[in-house]
Amino acid sequence: MGETLRAQRKALGAGEISSVELVDAALARAEQNDLNIVIGVRREAALSEAVEADGRRAAGTLRSPLDGIPLLLKDNMVQQGEPATCASRILEGFVSPYSATVVERLAGAGAVVIGRSNMDEFAMGSSTESGVYGPSGNPWDPERSCGGSSGGSAAAVAAGVSAGALGSDTGGSIRQPAAFCGVVGLKPTYGRVSRWGLVAFASSLDQIGPLAHTAEDCAWLLQAIAGHDPRDSTSTPQPVPDYSAALSGDVSGLTIGLPREYFAEQGADPVVIERVREAVAELQRAGAKTREVSLPNTSYAIAAYYLIATAEASSNLARYDGVRYGRRAGSCERLREMYERSRSEGFGAEVKRRILLGTYVLSAGYFDAYYLKAQRVRTLLRSDFEQAFEQCDVIATPTSPEVAFRLGEKTVDPLSMYLSDVYTVSANLAGIPGLSLPCGEAHGLPVGLQLLGRVLDEATLLRVGDAYQGRTDHHLRRPPERT
Amino acid sequence: MTASDRYEAVIGLEVHTHLKTQSKLFSPAPVRYGDEPNHDVHPIDLGLPGVLPVLNEGVIDLAIRLGVAIHATVNERSVFARKNYFYPDLPKGYQISQYEHPVVSNGWIDIEVPAEVESQREIRRIGITRAHLEEDAGKSIHGASTGSDSTYIDLNRSGVPLLEIVSEPELRSAAEAGAYLRALRAILRYVGVSEADMEKGQFRCDANVSLRPRGQKELGTRTELKNINSFRFVEGAIEAEIERQAEILDEGGEVVQATMAYDPDTHRTSVLRVKENADDYRYFPDPDLIPLVIAPERIEAARRELPELPDRKRRRFERELAVPAVDARTLTESRPVAEFFEETVRHHGNAKVVANWVLRDLLQLLKERDLRVEELALTPKALAALLALVDEGRLTAQSARALFPELAEQGGDPRAMMAERGLESVRDSGLIKGCCPRMPIRSSATARVTRRC
Repeated sequence: MGETLRAQRKALGAGEISSVELVDAALARAEQNDLNIVIGVRREAALSEAVEADGRRAAGTLRSPLDGIPLLLKDNMVQQGEPATCASRILEGFVSPYSATVVERLAGAGAVVIGRSNMDEFAMGSSTESGVYGPSGNPWDPERSCGGSSGGSAAAVAAGVSAGALGSDTGGSIRQPAAFCGVVGLKPTYGRVSRWGLVAFASSLDQIGPLAHTAEDCAWLLQAIAGHDPRDSTSTPQPVPDYSAALSGDVSGLTIGLPREYFAEQGADPVVIERVREAVAELQRAGAKTREVSLPNTSYAIAAYYLIATAEASSNLARYDGVRYGRRAGSCERLREMYERSRSEGFGAEVKRRILLGTYVLSAGYFDAYYLKAQRVRTLLRSDFEQAFEQCDVIATPTSPEVAFRLGEKTVDPLSMYLSDVYTVSANLAGIPGLSLPCGEAHGLPVGLQLLGRVLDEATLLRVGDAYQGRTDHHLRRPPERT
Repeated sequence: MTASDRYEAVIGLEVHTHLKTQSKLFSPAPVRYGDEPNHDVHPIDLGLPGVLPVLNEGVIDLAIRLGVAIHATVNERSVFARKNYFYPDLPKGYQISQYEHPVVSNGWIDIEVPAEVESQREIRRIGITRAHLEEDAGKSIHGASTGSDSTYIDLNRSGVPLLEIVSEPELRSAAEAGAYLRALRAILRYVGVSEADMEKGQFRCDANVSLRPRGQKELGTRTELKNINSFRFVEGAIEAEIERQAEILDEGGEVVQATMAYDPDTHRTSVLRVKENADDYRYFPDPDLIPLVIAPERIEAARRELPELPDRKRRRFERELAVPAVDARTLTESRPVAEFFEETVRHHGNAKVVANWVLRDLLQLLKERDLRVEELALTPKALAALLALVDEGRLTAQSARALFPELAEQGGDPRAMMAERGLESVRDSGLIKGCCPRMPIRSSATARVTRRC
């Protein structure tokens, strides 16, 4: 348990374990599922894919470093012949007739998807509590949230169900759960990974990315899934660099920017801030320089984010109408009744709240004041980062203002939940990559260091993360064994 | 005093025309007509979770071609937007269209206003506000026609590429509206943008109609006639709506803003849905698509390659070939027919003779057989040869006419066919005189013809 992808790859290479054994063990842990992390497994398919992987290993025709390695998918990425529920009642019974690009690419790399991880309904939330399957527990403390919305994927890695998983990040949904669970999570540049087959929450912000124990593992996973996809018009045609090759262990000469506004944030846990400063100091000892930078429009980010994300969501979720697939309310006499009841019964409270908010934002008479203004804030945030990156190579901040909160603590007050995204949403609005790394503990729970990078410069983020992990052991810590 | 003496009608038309493409606007599913329901669909057309639209590059040239053909600005940057509304045949709950930034804006076409007397026909220039790309919705098939009280959804049409072409409210009568539609359809067909076949739903029209007392500047309240599906009905519907509004205004009433339906059997329009407040479609730029950027060179190339359009062709036929105006109009309605005509003239030389044959025999045959001229085996050269035989007196017009259908459908050499059938006229008067005494002369008409030989 708790192995890295590197360790699994090594064990497979040395013949110490077969892919079938590795996959079978992962399936067993997924099925045990006492933290409610995994909401569906594909045992037979995964095992037969593992048999093929073992065959390739024997034949010497391995497809990639991930060949034969079990992984989990957040339940908002579709796989042919499998359900995809987005943890929503409205997708009850839906089985996808096609696969997401990331799923095809993982298969192309030989990786074995063992199942689907829990999430907030339609990725709307920061705690993995809002879905129809109920909350997932944090492996460090089952009474606490594993973060969200990719909480199931982060918790699965932390608990050792699988060494790697994919999540999606619209406003921090990979990075914040990674921080809460003490694992590494990477949100790539918008357009770096295809969104084809990712169930849309907010199309201009959504991005798929990896979660694992180390920056190196994330580099392998990103390598497998990144690249241009003609099926996603927003995917970038820029070539994909060799991410593993970038992991030189050397950060000397790099400048780390510390945004004044992020460290001055009222309401952030001082112990969290302290851990992040210690991590930056460690990178300084490794040869990096630091300097203060300014991101002056940071205070508008949360507001802009919740306007744009909800506006897009209100339109993206219109297709769940009970007509073609998913849940349809029974015995309706009229069309309007079918719509109203199917959607009222199918969506949970948080999703409804956001659909209402987004519908309002786009309404005639409010569009300019809300949607257009939020888009202008977005432009300002982008230029904030462009200016900051003229002075530094990466930006370091806390991932979350606090450690994992208690389950139920914030569900009563949606606004406090929204505010917990304060450090993460800007990267989505600006389209830049962000990496969260475990950097110690506060109150016995993991703390996340967030590194933000230039557009398409995931390599530098991973290099810094890898160098940091080479000098520290926070990533080696595992949650207490559960019996 | 008629309604049109008291009131001026103000009419604007929105035409939806299917683009001539192999596949849909944002999906690789084929565009076909008459297939089994829900046969031509891709996950994108079904609005499945996780799908994304990808623009069919083929539509860009068609949009450019339309733009240059209607003397419009082809915008170098246009933006796809989502038009949000719920309807069972709209799978995503929104239609991808263009809103603030259409691909084509500010164009015009000339129409000929029909008149009783040919010389009184007047040319009017009608402004075209914009033309934008959008996807079609599916079809809802309701109750009665399905033999149940259910509604069935056919998504074959979902995602078919459309151009919506919006005219300025500059049309003043039903007849002008009809002329505008015919002119627009001819242009669409000439430049190969659309088949524009109304029966197949490839060319649909909404009309906005309002009346104002003659001399008044402000516009009256308008109503909208939706989805009129035949040329005949467009004019009928607009006429009926003008009459209905005139009656209301005559009685001192007020026209209510509404969507109207037209019943061709009773020749009346009736209120389908009253618009209490404007629909709010919550348009916003589609974040799944990047703006459509068109290089100026591409627009220039389309301008250079633009074929001769119907009105210019018509005027040239009148001027260069001395074809009467009414015939020139018919000959140029379809580009393949016009080109067939011109090519035949080139081989034969006499435009008047060729025009007669094309207008009468050829068009009639096409109509009877429901064929297009391209589908015939007939070549302009063969028709010219047939007509030459008549000119030379070797074939009577009657015999030529008898040969024509076979020549048209199977092709061949008219001389050989004539010889094979023994249809060549006998011009040796001695021979004919020799035969005459042996022929029983039954009618005086035959006798007269025979005596003349």
